[in-house]
Amino acid sequence: MSTLDSKIPQGSLTEKWKKQCFDYKLVNPANKRKFDIIVIGSGLAGSSSAASLAELGYNVTVFTHNDSPRRAHSIAAQGGINASKNYQNDNDNVHRLFYDTIKGGDFRAREANVYRLAEISEKIIDQCVAQGVPFAREYGGLLDNRSFGGAQVSRTFYAKGQTGQQLLLGAYGALNRQIQKKKVKVYSYHEMLDLVLVEGRAVGVVVRNLLNGEIKSYSAHAVIMASGGYSNIFYLSTNAKNCNATAIWRAYKKGAYFANPCFTQIHPTCIPASGSYQSKLTLMSESLRNDGRVWVPKQKKDPRKPSEIPDNERDYFLERKYPSFGNLVPRDVAARNIKEMCDEGYGVGKTGLAVYMDFQDALKRLGEEEVESRYGNLFEMYEMITGDDPYVTPMMIYPAAHYTMGGLWVDYNLMSNIEGLFVLGEANFSDHGANRLGASALMQGLADGYFVIPYSIGDYLSQMAKTSKSGFKKPPADSPEFKKAEKEIHESIEKLISRKGQKSPDEIHRELGVIMRDYVGMARNAVGLKKAINEIKSLKDEFADNLRVFQSGESLNESLEKAGRLSDFLELAELMAEDALQRNESCGGHFRTEYQTPEGEALRNDKKFSYVAAWEYTGPKKKPKLNMEKLTFTDIKPSTRSYK
Amino acid sequence: MEITLKIWRQGSQESKKAKGAFETYKLNDIQEDMSFLEMLDVLNEKLLHEGFEPVAFSHDCREGICGSCGVVINGRAHGPLKGITTCQLHMRHLKKFTTLVIEPWRAKAFPVIKDLVVDRSAFDRILQAGGYISVNTGGVPDANSILIGKHIADEAFVAASCIGCGACVAACPNASANLFVSAKISHLALLPQGQPEKHHRVESILKAMDKEGFGNCSNAGACEYECPKGITLKNIAKLNREYFEAVFSASLEEHPTHAHHGKGDESMHVGH
Repeated sequence: MSTLDSKIPQGSLTEKWKKQCFDYKLVNPANKRKFDIIVIGSGLAGSSSAASLAELGYNVTVFTHNDSPRRAHSIAAQGGINASKNYQNDNDNVHRLFYDTIKGGDFRAREANVYRLAEISEKIIDQCVAQGVPFAREYGGLLDNRSFGGAQVSRTFYAKGQTGQQLLLGAYGALNRQIQKKKVKVYSYHEMLDLVLVEGRAVGVVVRNLLNGEIKSYSAHAVIMASGGYSNIFYLSTNAKNCNATAIWRAYKKGAYFANPCFTQIHPTCIPASGSYQSKLTLMSESLRNDGRVWVPKQKKDPRKPSEIPDNERDYFLERKYPSFGNLVPRDVAARNIKEMCDEGYGVGKTGLAVYMDFQDALKRLGEEEVESRYGNLFEMYEMITGDDPYVTPMMIYPAAHYTMGGLWVDYNLMSNIEGLFVLGEANFSDHGANRLGASALMQGLADGYFVIPYSIGDYLSQMAKTSKSGFKKPPADSPEFKKAEKEIHESIEKLISRKGQKSPDEIHRELGVIMRDYVGMARNAVGLKKAINEIKSLKDEFADNLRVFQSGESLNESLEKAGRLSDFLELAELMAEDALQRNESCGGHFRTEYQTPEGEALRNDKKFSYVAAWEYTGPKKKPKLNMEKLTFTDIKPSTRSYK
Repeated sequence: MEITLKIWRQGSQESKKAKGAFETYKLNDIQEDMSFLEMLDVLNEKLLHEGFEPVAFSHDCREGICGSCGVVINGRAHGPLKGITTCQLHMRHLKKFTTLVIEPWRAKAFPVIKDLVVDRSAFDRILQAGGYISVNTGGVPDANSILIGKHIADEAFVAASCIGCGACVAACPNASANLFVSAKISHLALLPQGQPEKHHRVESILKAMDKEGFGNCSNAGACEYECPKGITLKNIAKLNREYFEAVFSASLEEHPTHAHHGKGDESMHVGH
């Protein structure tokens, strides 16, 4: 195992970013237009970085698989965005936001990055307001805040339940302005299928035009990947249907390290699957647990309607197990307990994979009017999807995958171990450790895109122009490295199309999802993880022998897109299980049942596992190599979480 | 549920013709709890297994916010329910129908790409013409130095919540994009940040809209009725007001380099 250099600047935590900014080499304004930068993805991190870099004078090309940059999945983020503005005078500050994020991440994030994130948080709000993002306001005209899990201050800025939408539309506006100025070119309906390296540097990508199947290469001086997370590996998740791991996975296979792949966040309160046809899961706000009581019938497979089951025949299991926090235990604890009850056979509903969340007590205590004012829109949404009225009958909920803390390894400058490849937002691993706090994902995506990459990429480009043989010149997109990558892609697509098996990509993906849910989800153990690795291997064989896609590569063919993405998910799944298996401790969203306190809480092992696991691809059918980045904490002493 | 589907197929192997035609399909085992798009998933799995080409349709978030999905179902954009997108529609809402006629958005400015998928890039180009506030990253004032009354902020939010799905255009007898455009104009014109460029913005955006081939607005109101996000006709009134204001104040100001490409000199922007 080798160790990794994260290039954290010297000096005290509070001085590091300032010092680094000063130390970064600059690119002369007249030279900026000589540099071309490729951005993969148009969500918060992709759009904000593309716009900001174009404003500085760089030439930017953006690729998105959506039909418009505005449809990237950042659009669906509901809750809000954190910033240590201390507008509420509740004694918030940069250090407190930093502390909460590190603690929430269960001491598996990099201190220097998280501190920088907290420092930058305030500028993000200023930027978004200047763009016209209509955040919620108080009557006097000042910005409103709300509180969120894992914090004792109100620091979350929000726009109703559509904060992600409004922030993305702000960044999309900035992007549109640069498109109009011809500093950004966007290729919609384009999917990145390979990263191309020349002389060890990332210099371009090969993409497929989803509309006509054309495979084409684009070269640049640097490549930014902001392609989001991989929760869809579970098939059923809260992610949009087209979210995928292909961009980061293909970069991994070109040598980029994949860090902490097993760190995934499962959200406890989602609307459960109603049948085998289920295509995705919808999140119900965490706030419902303030007044909803979670329970299952004491009798397994109780045939009665929930309203007919008397109180003494119900098990309010969160209240029973966690008397002081009750239904308000953190996300991971709630999710794990719901899963356990269902695994033991107490689940309800058609599939047995659901528990009740009951508002009858709240309705009695508060009255229907008050409940409606608090949760009216959520109740409506629930009824629209399920046909059940939560005012009359309890909701049914079940946890679902919704964010991946793991991702490509990056150093302090957001550059991966491949020179010239930068990774932003959910696609990288850096800031959330083993668990992400609510309202922190939007903050990270925009911090990376608006305020970190514009500085750090300049440093790289100025050095590159001086040190590389080609200087300012980028390799042409028809150089042999690109041609080779194109040929391989053609062959792999040909292979997918020529398979004449019996199972559709969705059928195989659903099976993968069940394996991941059962063994690599909310609670894991060595036996299960080994079983998962074996089952994934046989599923891969099935994918190779028995796949069926529609046999056309020349026009929009979703089954082919799905098959390509699934082939990457199948490989990543194995790495996730391997990663979970080597981490013999519990931390954040990674709960190994062998490692828990007598009270059933996560038992961290800081002595042995205070590191980032950065996996290195070594070739097909070969075991990946584990590299480590040691985590050291100078400003915060790791402590144990307790919610009893 | 048993259901008969008449689906528009175009540019795919089945219809062969570039012009497109309806194809009929029968599904027997449809559950009421399925979403409408899950019903199409079931159809596509069936077609794939039988060796036919699956139906192309747009979808992504499947929770009503990305704006990808959108088809006309029995003559109604996003189906017969008000205030939702196609992905939020469930089969139990369609129990009274035995046949569903499913078509793409029909508008000259939204050419069909394939089957139910249309090209909505005209919306992107309209917003590129000025659907933003011209600020670079950095160098902006503290967020609380700009005071915005709660009711103004709330109104701007409602206008800004447009998801760009295109139902307004599909529902309009003239295939006008006025509701879409007015939502963005309102959002920015309501806010103090949007004032310096407001005249230029409305003129530039309307010019871009006309260029894309959308029809004119005749106040039919179908757009408001079918909008899944509750964007109202009030916004169109505001758009008209903004436009007149811009036209009548045109002699008082100059519109410099804004629309010219490649001259990124921010100091050239003149307010009013």
